[in-house]
Amino acid sequence: MTWTTTKTGAPNLTASLARTPLYDRHVALGGRMVDFGGWELPQQYTSIRDEHLAVRKVAGLFDISHMGRVVVKGSGAAGFVQGLVTNDVSKLEPHRALYALMCREDGGVLDDLVIYRGADGPDDFLIVVNASNRLKDLEWMRAHAPSGTEIEDRSQELSLLAFQGPRAQELLPSTAESEVESIPYFGFRDGEVAGTKVVISRTGYTGEDGFELFIDSKEVGTVWDAILEHASPDGALPAGLGARDATRLEAALRLYGNDMDETVNPYEAGLGWTVKLAKGDFIGRRALALVKEEGPKRTLVGLKTAPGDIARHGATVFSQEGQVGAVTSGTHSFFLGHPIALAMVEVASLRVGEAARVDVRGREASAEVVQLPFYRGSARSAAAPVKS
Amino acid sequence: MAGRLYTKTHEWLTADGKTVTVGITDFAQAQLGDVVFLELPNPGRKLEAGESFGVVESVKAASDLYSPVSGRVSAVNDKLAGKPELINSDPYGDGWILKLELAGELPKDTLDEAAYKQFTESQA
Repeated sequence: MTWTTTKTGAPNLTASLARTPLYDRHVALGGRMVDFGGWELPQQYTSIRDEHLAVRKVAGLFDISHMGRVVVKGSGAAGFVQGLVTNDVSKLEPHRALYALMCREDGGVLDDLVIYRGADGPDDFLIVVNASNRLKDLEWMRAHAPSGTEIEDRSQELSLLAFQGPRAQELLPSTAESEVESIPYFGFRDGEVAGTKVVISRTGYTGEDGFELFIDSKEVGTVWDAILEHASPDGALPAGLGARDATRLEAALRLYGNDMDETVNPYEAGLGWTVKLAKGDFIGRRALALVKEEGPKRTLVGLKTAPGDIARHGATVFSQEGQVGAVTSGTHSFFLGHPIALAMVEVASLRVGEAARVDVRGREASAEVVQLPFYRGSARSAAAPVKS
Repeated sequence: MAGRLYTKTHEWLTADGKTVTVGITDFAQAQLGDVVFLELPNPGRKLEAGESFGVVESVKAASDLYSPVSGRVSAVNDKLAGKPELINSDPYGDGWILKLELAGELPKDTLDEAAYKQFTESQA
């Protein structure tokens, strides 16, 4: 047997890999540790299938401390962040978060971010960035920050857990469930989990309801243990990178480095809704205004294939007319029972319901173009009112 | 039945007379993660030692399977079509992949359990 199309790579266990504060717990839980962009993280603990289904049906607990956490503060921070990203940060209220893209002057996506606005005056932000882009992002932010605006990398001292699933709220061992209930989608507040002070944010990357928890790295182990102890009897599981990738792909949430990179603009990635051209100037605005006027040349579509036909990243996609693009992400969906893929294709080359073909292990397999997302989970939508 | 033998491409084999049973190792299934599909030959096909006979597809990757011996495929594990996860849960038992009617001798370059263990540790 050989590893012909290994995407994430066989485990490469060297001392140079970074570890989160929960490393020993992952190993003790049987986690199969792999190199994920320079971080030693669990691909799975027991099986990707079980962890994936736990997230969809109960809840899963992920260690996402590899992601970067950057504090932006000081005079001018609000104007700086507004000029740094595509979305309109001026409309962001304290204790609310916003998904946004950071682009180059030519409109290429540098990274996708979640921006949290704190309540300590107008210039109080925490930005969560992709692990693989952390150093690049810090450099870019510092190069563009005005004097007076401080950019601080807090990734070491602040850890991040994601507790995701339709029963995440019920199973979170928080002292004040009513306070948690009142957190709106993409809202956050200070709270306590297992007697430890945490910031509880109703955000995530699975399509399910649930939380991301910002925790002092010295306390994160306590919180991790307490959530598992409290929620395991109901079927919640610790979940690894495999379940994280499958759930985010079912929800059609883009993965930086796969579905978009610096050669892709937000409109091509289907993220034009994050670009607020009318908000005033920001880096990339001129180029993006032109793309919007002319229309993007490529677009992301969803593909469904027959069991066994997993179309992998880079696989060529064909319409009846010929080659139209390539797969950006693909996996087997244990939840849906068939493989799914995102593909970047020429605009209007493939429409929902049409038949396509895609390269699978050197042959052309049949595919169907389907509506995105592949699955809509329990996540509260931005428009839906919070239950009272 | 003779003891289980291993290849450097992570297949195992056991020989019972001229009948050789082939699967992938526990190390291999752990590396692959959850197996979701196998592409396997039909009984009757002749294979040379080292020849690719199929593909095992996991959530992570597709990997070629190689025959450790020369011979004719006498049986394919039909259960794997409906339950490919048997490769993960029982790689040396219900997760066997195929049986071959051996042509000639067993190859000399297979590893015993201790040697294979040492080999996989050197791979890590």
